[in-house]
Amino acid sequence: MAANLPTHAQVQGGIGVTEPGHDVHEHHDEHHEQSFLQKYIFSTDHKVIAKQFLITGIFWAILGGTLSSLFRLQLGWPESTLEWLSPFLGKWIEAGKLNPEFYLALVTMHGTIMVFFVLTAGLSGTFSNFLIPLQIGARDMASGFMNMLSYWFFFLSSVVMFLSLFLETGPAAAGWTIYPPLSALPQAIPGSGMGMTMWLVSMALFIVSQLLGGVNYITTVINLRTQGMSMSKLPLTIWSFFLTAVLGLLSFPVLFSAALLLIFDRSFGTSFFLSDIYIAGQALPNTGGSPILFQHLFWFLGHPEVYIVIMPAMGMVSEIMATNARKPIFGYRAMIGSLLGISLLSFVVWAHHMFVTGMNPFLGSVFMFLTLIIAVPSAVKTFNWLATLWRGNIRFTTAMLFSIGFVSLFIAGGLTGIVLGNAALDIQMHNTYFVVAHFHLVMGSSAFFGLWAGVYHWFPKMFGRMMDEKLGYVHFWLTFLGVYLVFLPMHYVGIAGFPRRYYSWTGFDTFSQFANLNKFISVAAILAFFAQFVFIFNFFYSIFRGRRASENPWRSTTLEWTTPVVPGHGNWPGAIPAVHRWPYDYSKPGAADDFIPQHVPYSQTQSSNLPYEREME
Amino acid sequence: MTALGILLVLVLLLVVFGLLFRLQILTSIFSGSSTREIGVSNRVNAILFIIFLVVGGSAFAWSFVDNFDAMNPPIASVHGHATERMFWTTMIILGIVFTLTQILLFVYSYKYQHKEGRRAFFFPHNNKIEIIWTLIPAVVMAALVFAGWKEWSRITGPAPQNAVVVEVMGKQFGWLLRYPGRDSNLGVVNYRLIDATNDFGLDLSDKSSLDDITFPSGELHVPKGIPVLLKIRSRDVLHAVYMPHFRVQMYAVPGMPTKFWFTPTKTTDEMRAQTGNPKFNYELACNQICGRGHFAMKLNIVVEEPEDYVAWLSQQKSFTEQNPDVLASFKQKSSGLTPKAEAAPAAAAVVPAAKASL
Repeated sequence: MAANLPTHAQVQGGIGVTEPGHDVHEHHDEHHEQSFLQKYIFSTDHKVIAKQFLITGIFWAILGGTLSSLFRLQLGWPESTLEWLSPFLGKWIEAGKLNPEFYLALVTMHGTIMVFFVLTAGLSGTFSNFLIPLQIGARDMASGFMNMLSYWFFFLSSVVMFLSLFLETGPAAAGWTIYPPLSALPQAIPGSGMGMTMWLVSMALFIVSQLLGGVNYITTVINLRTQGMSMSKLPLTIWSFFLTAVLGLLSFPVLFSAALLLIFDRSFGTSFFLSDIYIAGQALPNTGGSPILFQHLFWFLGHPEVYIVIMPAMGMVSEIMATNARKPIFGYRAMIGSLLGISLLSFVVWAHHMFVTGMNPFLGSVFMFLTLIIAVPSAVKTFNWLATLWRGNIRFTTAMLFSIGFVSLFIAGGLTGIVLGNAALDIQMHNTYFVVAHFHLVMGSSAFFGLWAGVYHWFPKMFGRMMDEKLGYVHFWLTFLGVYLVFLPMHYVGIAGFPRRYYSWTGFDTFSQFANLNKFISVAAILAFFAQFVFIFNFFYSIFRGRRASENPWRSTTLEWTTPVVPGHGNWPGAIPAVHRWPYDYSKPGAADDFIPQHVPYSQTQSSNLPYEREME
Repeated sequence: MTALGILLVLVLLLVVFGLLFRLQILTSIFSGSSTREIGVSNRVNAILFIIFLVVGGSAFAWSFVDNFDAMNPPIASVHGHATERMFWTTMIILGIVFTLTQILLFVYSYKYQHKEGRRAFFFPHNNKIEIIWTLIPAVVMAALVFAGWKEWSRITGPAPQNAVVVEVMGKQFGWLLRYPGRDSNLGVVNYRLIDATNDFGLDLSDKSSLDDITFPSGELHVPKGIPVLLKIRSRDVLHAVYMPHFRVQMYAVPGMPTKFWFTPTKTTDEMRAQTGNPKFNYELACNQICGRGHFAMKLNIVVEEPEDYVAWLSQQKSFTEQNPDVLASFKQKSSGLTPKAEAAPAAAAVVPAAKASL
């Protein structure tokens, strides 16, 4: 590799060979004015699609947060009147009390929205789209059109889910896991009528969106890497997006099949999940089905899903930490290896959600064994992040604060997974607030922290302006504090055995001793929610009025920072830079600067080359 | 009107915040601090991490100790003591890891904050430490898995021969109970036979169901010191039998009977004395979302000395005794195949297991 080639042809992939003319990029300059509709609405540009995902995600996050504030009001003050909410909630407030079925709907929709619409679509939809082409050195996704479809299927799915909130019978209310028979029988709960139908339709559209996106991400990473960008030179972000897409591609279809069978049971009289049911004074004809089968199908997606949520955050945190500690990520190969390990294992641990569902206890033993293995790659990642900070030279940008917060929350939430993965201990902890606290820390809050870290870090590349750091600090500290104040005490409540999805605990002597703690959790949760408006203000204000960014404000090594301040259609005005080195050459001894971008050839950095790099000069 | 006032105040507050924010930006531009790449705030954040560690850590420790008693429901089953020990052993291991890693995270953040002129240490990897910190968690996990697996196998293994059998059936929104009666066999049930009276769907053409004792409501009575095998079913949607004091939990699944056995160690009276709460009751809660009344599916559990349990059971009347008309209609339907055994007075219905232990 003698020098930076002026143009390059795709060398790795057989499919995505790009013509030289494409690379010289004469037709990519914005000489043809696109209409507003083409440019911002039905855009095929991955950067615009990323922003669409992000802004839709923010909308959903506000809604999901609002719902949680509503049910925290109920849990914190079960005896007081909520009459003042009746202008918003209408008939769901009955004589000053929240309707218990609507409470379940709130919980269900909060979970659905946060897991799927915010942390799956909003997180990996935004950053996979934005970063994959920019960081691997591609003009755009493999199929811009499919990418556009991916967003618009998501949009359609969002519309259906949103409309279901306003149904006469209420939205789906059987929990976000929609276990039948409750989700199959409108006699059992009104939310299982039209609300559940719309939930299933929306989810089917959502899955289509995920698959269109996923195929695109995978194809792009495999085929469209720029010259020199071997898999072992990919930034960890790309590795995580790539594996996330693989997980989604393999697991979402299983959820689709579960949804399809459920639709059949609901509408066409089949009995996949229904058997021996006597409800509302009537024995149903269904026999032979198994509700447990649904749980197997659901969690076959559901468990990889939590890694779909957390892995992009892990990748971005690794990248941001290395950049801001001015140090190579510790154990780059181990980081990739642990991502691969997690991806593989995530498919064989699903039944740890089902230890006490009546599943054969022997299966429980097998899944306990497999589940606790997955703690090992997670531990390796944590140690590697800590080692990355060690002897660094840390800049506390807002993104870096959120990355450190991510590690803290990931440890706090991840460790309790070791309790829950142990079948013998899960007997007591299953479906209690201990579980709620566990997954809100390890996948909810952590993934959110990854999302924020990503937004603060790549905002300059998205909008050409910087977000306000001071407001960012306020946002971080309020949120970090808030998350711990909400979820640490929630463990206490859980250890005491408080069941989740309870409208009120006051009927039980066993569960009524924590009234004050519940109030405390509610106050902290609502305050933490309001702190998010600092972020929302900062975000929208900075799009228009933020300080102007430079091309590479964080002095980072990856390819996206070699593009213009606001990259146009096609990303690089000239040729795509070729890649010569791994993405983490920070503070390399002998180098003039404390970072060497990936596109700088070894021949230009003779003073800092390591012995084995000399041959590549 | 007040709503409008509140709205107005909120808007004004937002405007004030917006102006302050703008003012702060302008002053920072004026003073030149906005152009400095790494300013005072870097140091402030580093210090805040240490404060967060110290203050937050102490507050956590204090609140944990303060709530420790409240978060431990008293244990009343044999396996409960074993799982409780394992739970807290695991928690101690996790606590140590949690404390160490959080200290490292925040102390490193503070210690290695940006300093002018310092350069980070180029340290891309080190196979030796990486192998060590892969192996250590692997070994710890293996130990935890092994302990958990042994306990899990013991708990989920077959119930002892002398176990008292009780059936618990979940429905929206309550629990139905059935005791097998003197033949210690639960009779056949069929969900198509369920109606307002026969709420278990007892098939009375099966002999062993004739002496079954059913309770549409009431309390779950179990003897102390004798294994109790709960046979669990549901007749509509999923429910879960959750008995926190006994560390018992199992789903109730329509179409698929499940089971869980445990041995109570303390009577309700003993527990009342121990907790100093004369109104203490063991409670059974539904722990799988099942609809509107999910949060109110409570059943009190009474643990008694075995002789009290036998005495209580002997006073209960069987379903057929209480509902002779249902039995009669069954007989009509299957005339010719009438079961020979008449509904025996359940007064003598003592579970052999309980008898044996007396």
